[in-house]
Amino acid sequence: MLTIADVYKIAELAKIEITKEEAEKFQKELVNIVSYFNVLDEVEEDVEPTFHVLPLRNVFREDVPEESLSRDEVLANARHRENGYFKGPKIVE
Amino acid sequence: MLTVEEWKNRLECESCYDLISELFERIERSNLNAYITLCKEEALKRAEDYDRGKLKGKIAGIPVAVKDCISTKGIRTTCGSRMLENYIPPFDAYVVEKLKQEGAIIVGKTNMDEFAMGTTTETSYFGVVKNPYDESRVAGGSSGGSGACLGGNEAVLALGSDTGGSIRCPASFCGVVGLKPTYGLVSRYGLIPYANSLEQIGPMACCVRDVAILLEVIAGKDSRDSTNAGKSFKFEDKYGDYNFKIGIVEEMGGNEDVNCRFEEVVELIKSMGFRVGKVSMPSFKYALAAYYIIATGEASSNLARYDGVRYGFALDNLDSWTRYFSKVRSLGFGEEVKRRIMLGTYALSAGYYGKYYLKALKVRTLVRRDFERAFSEFDLLISPTMPALPFKIGELADPLTMYKMDVNTVPVNMGGIPALSLPVGFVRGLPVGLQIMGNHFEEEKILSFALKLENYITETI
Repeated sequence: MLTIADVYKIAELAKIEITKEEAEKFQKELVNIVSYFNVLDEVEEDVEPTFHVLPLRNVFREDVPEESLSRDEVLANARHRENGYFKGPKIVE
Repeated sequence: MLTVEEWKNRLECESCYDLISELFERIERSNLNAYITLCKEEALKRAEDYDRGKLKGKIAGIPVAVKDCISTKGIRTTCGSRMLENYIPPFDAYVVEKLKQEGAIIVGKTNMDEFAMGTTTETSYFGVVKNPYDESRVAGGSSGGSGACLGGNEAVLALGSDTGGSIRCPASFCGVVGLKPTYGLVSRYGLIPYANSLEQIGPMACCVRDVAILLEVIAGKDSRDSTNAGKSFKFEDKYGDYNFKIGIVEEMGGNEDVNCRFEEVVELIKSMGFRVGKVSMPSFKYALAAYYIIATGEASSNLARYDGVRYGFALDNLDSWTRYFSKVRSLGFGEEVKRRIMLGTYALSAGYYGKYYLKALKVRTLVRRDFERAFSEFDLLISPTMPALPFKIGELADPLTMYKMDVNTVPVNMGGIPALSLPVGFVRGLPVGLQIMGNHFEEEKILSFALKLENYITETI
């Protein structure tokens, strides 16, 4: 069964900080939902999976250069920017 | 409720500017909370253009509402989330380009469940949308604003998006018509993604003919969506006196209220002379579980883009990588979005991929086969759109109970087929919707049948 420790681990993988209260609530709910998912144990294994419903294979277009968004437009929604670049958090502590 | 034909008739004797002003007065007085952002200034300018004969096209001068997960250049697009509360897209979605080309007047951006994750529009950061027939009840979701604005006379046409029922559910609850097109018929370019392999943008309106008109506008070839089928759509109603063979899906039902009305409608369909039979779809037992695994799996990967760096909710202090991202996502996302990201992360994590995700993809094959078999025998399939009448606000507190309300709508997205919800009367003053499903790219057949049934019901009620 999915434990509170599992919930913290999942939240860490998903990069979502959660409180103790949230962890407890999510644990109960996720256990409930995942046990419902177990209905799939009945499904036969010997079936091809369908990744995609349309019979499309690699769709290519001509590699023609075209106008793209300007740097200002691209940066317009960013809170942190410097010298025409996005500014992100430190990767190495 | 307003139809395109009625609006065009009014445009014959009144100015578009006056009609649009009047529409905004109604919206501003409304309690429904159907809109997150209104585009009043731009809409009135477009109305003036129409009056000067400068606006041409298939839906020139018609007020259209756009769900807030569809990108609109220069107009805030929030996806119902704090994460995108101040996000202003630098480009238009394909469908918005088409609306503009055909002369539409965009009224505003409609309220929705956060990132389209919900069945009631209660997960919106911008508050719940109320049902136009009873304000103590929900309008359905996730395109709740698009359903409510039509039901409440606050737009003539609306765009929604449907990942597991998000167009059909609010159409059913608000007494309007909504169509989820075949996967690939409408370009998803500019649709903020939740679960790419399942979702489609689709038309909503107050009558079947208007849904057909809006589908003609938004269907088409677009190389910017690699899953686009490259087909256009033209509704010619070529089925005339065709004797449709209709299959009732045994695995799709409802509670007593809904079933009672559904059975009456089945009798109506028989009395119209159509052939009606029953069909069993054994894979549907697994469809809901498989849907939630695929949808949350895709969501967990899609929503990884929200890092508070390039756009969206951000903190003043950049801090370190892990702490910054985790904090931004903790504050920017609401509870249901977190729940689904975590579910998807779990289902895709090492050791569980085969048990959940791969299994769900196998179920998708079984669902597809069931539909293939059913459509070799029947032209169209029917069921109640929703298993219950519109819920009281706050009634569905438990997530799994909420998920189970999508039981009739999700198989359609799993199969990639088109389906329409048609209002077919009322139970205790609340609307009931009939779901009409067709084979891939057979929107024409669905619309043709829906049009006949709509006429018949209008005459008999």
